[in-house]
Amino acid sequence: MTARVSFVAGAVERRKQAIDRLARAFGFAAATLLIAPLVAVIGYLLVQAWPALTWSLVVENPARFMTAGGLWAPLVGTIDVVVFSLAIAAPVGVLAGIYLNEYARDGWLKRLVQLAVMNLAGIPSIVHGLFGVGAFVLAAGFGRSVLAASCTLAIMTLPVIITSTTEALASVPMAFREACWNVGASRWQTVRTMVLPNAMGGILTGIILQVSRAAGETAPILFTGAVFYVAIPDRGLAAFFPYGIRDPFMALSYHLFVISSQVTGVSDSLQYATAVLLVLLVLSVNAVSIAVRYRLRSRARW
Amino acid sequence: MKRIAHALDAASEPIVEAVIRLCGWSAIGLVVAILAFVVAQGLPAFANGLDLREFLTSVNWRPDSPVKPQFGMLALLTGSLAVMLLAMAIAVPIGIAASIYISEYCAPSTRELLKIVIELLAAIPSVVWGFIGYAVLGPIIMRVTDAAIGINLLNGAIILALMSVPIIVSVGEDALRAVPDSYREAALALGASRWQVAWAVLLPGARNGLLAAVLLGVGRAIGETMAVLMATGHAVQIPHSLLDPVRTLTATIAAELGETVAGGTHYRVLFVLGSVLMLMSLAVNLTAEWIVHGIRGRDAA
Repeated sequence: MTARVSFVAGAVERRKQAIDRLARAFGFAAATLLIAPLVAVIGYLLVQAWPALTWSLVVENPARFMTAGGLWAPLVGTIDVVVFSLAIAAPVGVLAGIYLNEYARDGWLKRLVQLAVMNLAGIPSIVHGLFGVGAFVLAAGFGRSVLAASCTLAIMTLPVIITSTTEALASVPMAFREACWNVGASRWQTVRTMVLPNAMGGILTGIILQVSRAAGETAPILFTGAVFYVAIPDRGLAAFFPYGIRDPFMALSYHLFVISSQVTGVSDSLQYATAVLLVLLVLSVNAVSIAVRYRLRSRARW
Repeated sequence: MKRIAHALDAASEPIVEAVIRLCGWSAIGLVVAILAFVVAQGLPAFANGLDLREFLTSVNWRPDSPVKPQFGMLALLTGSLAVMLLAMAIAVPIGIAASIYISEYCAPSTRELLKIVIELLAAIPSVVWGFIGYAVLGPIIMRVTDAAIGINLLNGAIILALMSVPIIVSVGEDALRAVPDSYREAALALGASRWQVAWAVLLPGARNGLLAAVLLGVGRAIGETMAVLMATGHAVQIPHSLLDPVRTLTATIAAELGETVAGGTHYRVLFVLGSVLMLMSLAVNLTAEWIVHGIRGRDAA
């Protein structure tokens, strides 16, 4: 029989473990603090908005100084501006991403472009708004319009599209390109037939994410095109395309700002319902992007 | 036929390449254009009677005064800095603790879940956060404290902290995971607990990345507009307590640009405020970049 040896934690070890447990608990609390606001905010908004959440909220136009009716006009305005801004930003952003990852040689020029992209992403949204007013509304003569607001939003979303495109391209293995070059393909042929198809998923996810960002932004469209109220047709095809490219428009985000802090007499439930619709719009776009990403990751062929 | 297609392909190659390069360089052009334009729109204000000394040192912001309009930026700048600092005081400890928890403690499945939550939290539009501050947090603050109005410095800072935490956590977590596993293994082999690993190995190892994460949060907090416009109240003053309403640079531009005459002094002064904001964000971003890439980045360039 050998004597059983038992290891008992000494004072130092016990103290070490106690601190570790404490740190773990603190970290857990901090992580919970991240989840709690998301759940609390969405839950509270939903509860408060419940009486106003009907189908007519989505399909009807605002009425009686925004105190009644639905949110169709601002919803369509938001969709219009987002589509236009991405139509401008996506091609330029993707090509710029291709430049950074496929064409630019390491050197001061590439570094300068990278710095510019990063700083462009860091410019406060209200400064984008100022630039939009001065450059697009006044200097270019677009007036307060869908066009001016879309251009402003396009500049704002551009750097993030560039970054996500560059990342997506960088994840395509170098061997793919080398195989292409070895059969005599030029640089652009390689990009077009090999790199782009393989990076398409990642590029699309990045662009989808910008849909949600552009839909939620308020400051850049505040003075470049969004207005309090535009009367638009209730029915027919015209209700789907109410704003001309040179017309001012209503937007969901600006509408929320207006009815919650600028106009009085709007019922609480309508205010909360507007917030809920905006959050749902943004989060569902995000959910699509996350789902696409997970699907792609599980299907990656290399 | 094949030969023509081939010739077209060969001919289009230089055009395509030129377009791609042009798009790549457009980012530089845009940053320079925005900076030059905003500054150029603001500069004539100094010729139109804006006194630089008053602008920098006065707390009086009375752009609409019929007697003598006064444009003192000090209270607005203080407001921006106060909201930002308070927001960071809340967001940085929570953000760093959460990123340590996510990268070191929790199970992979929980990590995926938390990362999705952070992404969704970052996606909530600023106007919705502003609405939450205005309609939800304001009344709560009034009930808990005996503040006269609920939209104030504290309210804005809490909202801004909630908005900055996701960016701090995601960048901070990347920085922590960039520390090589061999460092962790070496410390664990010496008998260190996870916390000792995090405190003595990871925090120093990821110091630069974490600092950059904090700076990105600072940049976001200074530039945020709609949330502070709706949640901080509208008094132009230097705050003396957490419950004083304040006005920030961003909120001032957003609130007043609509009422100005294009080309007037007030309009131009708002562009000067925009230039100040832009220079602050450039400084913060370049510092973050410099911290991460350091001298090495410049040598490689």
